[in-house]
Amino acid sequence: MTQIYLEDGTVAPVTVVQAGPCNVLQIRSMERDGYEAVQLGFEDKPRRLASRAERGQVAKLDSKRAKAQAAAGVELVEKADCEPQRFIKEFRGASDLAVGNQVTVDVFEGVTRVDVTGTSKGRGFAGVMKRHNFSGQRASHGVKKVHRHAGGTGCSASPSRVFKGRRMAGQYGNVQVTTRNLELVKAIAEDNLLLIRGSVPGPNGGLISIRQTNKVG
Amino acid sequence: MSQAILEKVEKTALKENPPQFDIGDTVDVHLRILEGNKERIQVFSGTVIGRSGSGSKEMFIVRRIVAGEGVERKFPVHSPRIEKVEVKRSAVVRRAKLYFLRQRVGKAVRLKERRRS
Repeated sequence: MTQIYLEDGTVAPVTVVQAGPCNVLQIRSMERDGYEAVQLGFEDKPRRLASRAERGQVAKLDSKRAKAQAAAGVELVEKADCEPQRFIKEFRGASDLAVGNQVTVDVFEGVTRVDVTGTSKGRGFAGVMKRHNFSGQRASHGVKKVHRHAGGTGCSASPSRVFKGRRMAGQYGNVQVTTRNLELVKAIAEDNLLLIRGSVPGPNGGLISIRQTNKVG
Repeated sequence: MSQAILEKVEKTALKENPPQFDIGDTVDVHLRILEGNKERIQVFSGTVIGRSGSGSKEMFIVRRIVAGEGVERKFPVHSPRIEKVEVKRSAVVRRAKLYFLRQRVGKAVRLKERRRS
């Protein structure tokens, strides 16, 4: 995160997001796939690191099978004809994009609020204080070795069990998180950067997906 | 890579000619204040006792004595609300943060003047 000054002189804390250019790799259609979606690829990957499947996804590869299919008159699916992509993600919904198009931050023109989805930072097996904001127990006054514990988890002989859903220690983070209704402060077209007010889920350098918010009002 | 992107964005937020002053300088900070819809300039003068941060996040602290009470204000160096920073007097100081001035009152607050050639 960094901060920039707005026109009225106030300062805005912003997260800088490299949002594209994304290549349109495939268009999912109702007839062929049973649903509508756009498959986007982000960031080029060196060809030596890409598998043959990854290379074949973005460009037509020469193979015996391709030749045989061409000879038999089978029409192969369209390819974007770009470098292998590091990240590939599908976005549901119909659009007027075509395979081989590039998606840039221009699609966010006129958009002021966005939803950001990412994988949150993994905190491993975390205790209740970190995971659920429990208060823990006192530092003194007879508290012994349970300063960060949860206290009681339920009743006694009746019901003789802990109710389901009791918040306890466990894996925290490293799950998909969506932060909704974040303000889009600025889009920088020449570098395909988006400046989003505040923080977004995940670590620095993590992959996130951004869409116009679906929050009303 | 990500650092380079951040720097690029920060550069757009920086002033072309950031105000030049040193620690220990007595300065007049000219602030743009919006009153209703009229803008006026307010001046805060005092001693610069520290600088912190880098890039667009750089701040400086100005300390002055008002009616026997120490008053400190922290300003962003690159804020467009800061019209200019005028250096009135420079002083000989040997450290980057003059927090020791907070313990001093009266005559002891004075710093030895540095004459510029």
